[in-house]
Amino acid sequence: MRIPRALAQRIAFALLTAIMAVTVLAILTIITYIFWNGLPALSGEFLFSMPKDGMREGGIWPAIVGTLYLTIGTALIAVPIGLMAAIYLSEYAPDSTFTRAIRIAIVNLAGIPSVVYGLFGMALFVLFLSLGSSIIAACLTLAIMTLPVIISTAEEALRAVPQSFRVVSISMGGTRWQTIQRIVLPQALPGILTGVILGLERAAGETAPILFTGASFFLPHLPQSVFDETMALPYHLFVISTQVPGMPVRIQYGTALVLLIFVLAMNLIATLIRSYYRRRRQW
Amino acid sequence: MPMAKHRRLFESVVQLLVRLCGYSAVLFVGVIFLFLLQEGLPALVQVPPASLLGPRWYPIESMYGLLPLLLGSFVVTIGAAIFSIPFGIATAVFIAEVAPRWMRELLKPFVEILAGLPSVVLGFLGFLVLAPLIRTWLNLPTGLTALTGSILLAAMALPTIVSVAEDALDAVPKSYRDGALALGATKWQTIWRVTLPSARSGVLTAVMLGLGRAIGETMAVMMVTGNAAQMRWDALFFPARTMTATIAAEMGEVASGSTHYHVLFLVAIILFLISFLVNIIASSMLFRAKKRAERMLS
Repeated sequence: MRIPRALAQRIAFALLTAIMAVTVLAILTIITYIFWNGLPALSGEFLFSMPKDGMREGGIWPAIVGTLYLTIGTALIAVPIGLMAAIYLSEYAPDSTFTRAIRIAIVNLAGIPSVVYGLFGMALFVLFLSLGSSIIAACLTLAIMTLPVIISTAEEALRAVPQSFRVVSISMGGTRWQTIQRIVLPQALPGILTGVILGLERAAGETAPILFTGASFFLPHLPQSVFDETMALPYHLFVISTQVPGMPVRIQYGTALVLLIFVLAMNLIATLIRSYYRRRRQW
Repeated sequence: MPMAKHRRLFESVVQLLVRLCGYSAVLFVGVIFLFLLQEGLPALVQVPPASLLGPRWYPIESMYGLLPLLLGSFVVTIGAAIFSIPFGIATAVFIAEVAPRWMRELLKPFVEILAGLPSVVLGFLGFLVLAPLIRTWLNLPTGLTALTGSILLAAMALPTIVSVAEDALDAVPKSYRDGALALGATKWQTIWRVTLPSARSGVLTAVMLGLGRAIGETMAVMMVTGNAAQMRWDALFFPARTMTATIAAEMGEVASGSTHYHVLFLVAIILFLISFLVNIIASSMLFRAKKRAERMLS
């Protein structure tokens, strides 16, 4: 017996809708669950004081500061290199085998497991270049990991700028770099920003790359220089949820919530920038 | 005119800088591979091949059998595939073909939130909430099993699968759908017989990239799979130890330069090669699909 096709469509669409609903519900559940359990832990003291009593009391201030340092440091290294690389690929690169090799390399960088970045960072920055386990070594490792995201989204944003903009600028006597700097970059800026924030969001939440390159189990004080180790929110959450016996659940959920708010805020900013400028765009 | 000369010099310096940065990706991939080789290859000399292919991972007694780790990664990834492929493709089809426009604009960034969730947060929830549930539901001695890891990995592979597959479905020319609908096909027949088959290679790429992500995932897996290196046929329902978790758990405790240290880098080389292969195949598939589409449309 053949199922009537109208019925088949109804069954199929119902199934698709159900699956979509499960996905949406799962994401909502994860987020509300962490908010629900984590909110009671949040307080000025929890956010802004040092951990006490083997991290079972007190706050997570050094981990918050550490994640800020790592994110900013990663941005300082990855954004200039990534942006220039995107400019090269979109504005200068010839259509050659070598350019294809660059693209393959970018795709591969994006696919390398984060823990392999961690090992590489340890071998190159911590040991070979003798930076030691430090903020700078962790930032360099995270920066290389973030680079492919920044390059590919920035390139896409640059390519979306209509060719006619460039032609006009060049015909007015602008040089190639002037055209890029004054015409193309400002137009592509929202797209580039979105990509940068999404890349940094990933870096901020990563644990494996900083395990051996700069994350510290516990520090009684804030890091004093880029050559110090630092605590970081993701690693701290890992430590207090698996390595410290008798840890109060309240603090674990509180830490998870702060990390979640951190990445969700970045995600929200990126989404807002994208939709705001997409609506305003004239071309 | 000194001004113009100055300008030209500046221009060429900037161009050089831009070019160097453009080449940097190739440089980084090369340097990463070189350092992994340099630290990992000594393991092949220090540990006899028979031992590396052995069934036991017991570094304290100098037993470095990689098979249980490979099996662990394999089982967890297969499990993730079982959950994430149907969910990912169905979600992509829903977003691209079924949902009205306003819902699309909401759903796409929403699924992206999942991609931004730190794996340690998912691991934390998996450890605290999912593992106990699985233990009671399936009546297992422990909830820290390969299955628990699979479910988390599926959640992490999902956004990749959805966004790549959705792009592939989006790229199918509207004329294909119009043709099918004009012949009297229902919307679902069009999706099932025309749109999905046309986007086949893109959907396959999506699955590969998603699972490539899953196999390289570390923290969540380390927190919920129990990390016991064992080999058994029903491995999905027992603790497993993946390659990534092994590196993350053990590298902190080994002396740099020891045999154990080199073997862990050898594991990293395996992971690097797997991701390299997955990405090369995936991107060449996309490239070929694009070429084919250009031929058909011209």
